[in-house]
Amino acid sequence: MTMIRTLRSFHGATQVAVLLAVLLANWLVFPGFFAIRLQDGRLFGSLIDVLNRGSPVALLTLGMTLVIATGGIDLSVGAVMAIAGAVAATLTRDGQGLPVVLAVSLAAGLACGLWNGLLVAVLRIQPIVATLILMVAGRGIAQLITEGQIVTFVNPQLSALGSGEFLTVPMPVVIALGMLVLSLLLTRATALGMLIESVGINRVASAFAGINTGAVIVAVYVWCGLCSAVAGVIVAADIRGADANNAGLWLEMDAILAVVVGGTSLLGGRFGLAPAIVGAFIIQGMNTGILLSGFKPEFNLIVKATVIMIVLLVQSPAWRTFSLPSLPSLQRKHPGRTVP
Amino acid sequence: MHLKKLMTTAALAALAIGAAAAAQAADKLTVGFVQIGAESGWRAAETKVSKQEADKRGIDLKISDAQQKQENEIKAIRSFIAQGVDAIFLAPVVATGWDPVLKEAKDAKIPVFLLDRNIETQDKSLYLTAVTSDAVLEGRTAGQWLAKQTNGKCNIVELQGTVGASVALDRQKGFVEGIAGHPDLKIIRTQSGDFTRAGGKQVMESFLKAENGGKNICAVYAHNDDMEIGAIQAIKEAGLKPGKDILTISIDGVPDIFKAMSEGEANASVELTPNMAGPAFDALIAYKKSGTAPPKWVQTETKLYLPDTATAEYTRRKDLY
Repeated sequence: MTMIRTLRSFHGATQVAVLLAVLLANWLVFPGFFAIRLQDGRLFGSLIDVLNRGSPVALLTLGMTLVIATGGIDLSVGAVMAIAGAVAATLTRDGQGLPVVLAVSLAAGLACGLWNGLLVAVLRIQPIVATLILMVAGRGIAQLITEGQIVTFVNPQLSALGSGEFLTVPMPVVIALGMLVLSLLLTRATALGMLIESVGINRVASAFAGINTGAVIVAVYVWCGLCSAVAGVIVAADIRGADANNAGLWLEMDAILAVVVGGTSLLGGRFGLAPAIVGAFIIQGMNTGILLSGFKPEFNLIVKATVIMIVLLVQSPAWRTFSLPSLPSLQRKHPGRTVP
Repeated sequence: MHLKKLMTTAALAALAIGAAAAAQAADKLTVGFVQIGAESGWRAAETKVSKQEADKRGIDLKISDAQQKQENEIKAIRSFIAQGVDAIFLAPVVATGWDPVLKEAKDAKIPVFLLDRNIETQDKSLYLTAVTSDAVLEGRTAGQWLAKQTNGKCNIVELQGTVGASVALDRQKGFVEGIAGHPDLKIIRTQSGDFTRAGGKQVMESFLKAENGGKNICAVYAHNDDMEIGAIQAIKEAGLKPGKDILTISIDGVPDIFKAMSEGEANASVELTPNMAGPAFDALIAYKKSGTAPPKWVQTETKLYLPDTATAEYTRRKDLY
């Protein structure tokens, strides 16, 4: 057990190293990158931007990691964000108070997650297809809620969730951190994490071992729905409006990428929440770096793709065998399939 | 069972067509409007304005919502041809693939008007005219306003639309033309904000940090109002005053930018009018009356709006969008 723990922490070290490298590259293109000051009682600086702008994807990553650990995938997270944002904005515009707004929009996320979970666990539809339904239909639902318009609202309490601060730290970062702690407690302080990994490695064997695999699978999709809804509310609160066409658009790809960069195998099994979050900030670090660098926008995707390719190459089993022969623990062919 | 259903539907359809033909026998002009959908607030406004403009002129306007699909638009055109309308208005969702169905309309002697967007075709006789805005002119108007406002001296940051989108390219080109001849008007940074509020806000946050906390920036030019609204929030969060410390100029004329202008947080917006149908109706009426064909490209008016009229414009528009 201790050995596995050490291994796990070492595993996260790769991601942290890459993040530091990306931040360092940002500092090279923009010397003021690490400068931080207080602006209206709130931390202000490019590094804070990386954390703040990376928080929605970090939240998606939390749910996505658990889903992927069961051998599944959730393509609908971006659409669920749009739905939750649309619900929050419409209710706020219609004069509802913050508690009602939060309750209903998060409930919408839970319902979306439940739908995905039931399709995958009970009807046994392949996750990529099952969640594709909501990915496509969800944006339509969000547009129905907003009637195809950008619904704007004036509500300082709700806006504070997107652009406010707690002890000078931007609220989205605080919320993402809180959800990370909650996710870690749920999965690591209980047996749930082990059950998730077990289902991801072999669902049939897990069922024979007495695990209610259906319940585990539904639970991770519901959690993913909740995380997406929180991200959706934050994004809507930030721009003080719900943009059903664009909120969360393509973010499912960033979330999946963050999970993979975080070292969790798409085959399911062993997962790491913290490294996946670091993965999300690596992606945002690149985005912010590109904006600061003054590159032409035509190069954005090329720069991003090149960095991601290098990260994934460094993580590939073949590369590790080649470059790190002295570290036997890193040479396992299927790191995701190891049972703790 | 299926056959029976099919036949009933066919019979009903025939009845409907008959009824339409009967209605059209009266003197009233009937126009079939093939609309893309309701993907944006501007699009919804265009549909609403089209209805109002038709009512003004006593024209019977039938609107078909294609839900952003070309095949639906083609079906709708065929159905309007079958109904024998006097003209078809088409807001094409894509630029290519219209030749066969427009040929059917031509054979049926129904004139086709393109609204808001153009198509690519070898045979320009397939449509009577295209009523669209001039995106280059919009950009140029924005640039000229800024040049005048700042006496030709300003560090500009630009928020581009989606990379490669024709509107973004044209609005960029026009703006560069508009500020040409003023060596001290410089675009110091340009990035894509994907036409969204969130995109505009994120890009502006980085620009502010990269340019000495925003002190080097004198104006922000955004290819659409939504990105500008995002940028305005970013400027405020950086402790600066949008509209004063940093000037704003953007394009579209959506209600929220008028709200920002009336609150002194935005300086100007170039309108992309949602009234594409009005000029098309006028061209149609002239064509029917005297047979004079309109020019192949009817440009809609490009108008610059400033804070002085913002409150009135906001009240006028907020129900349209």
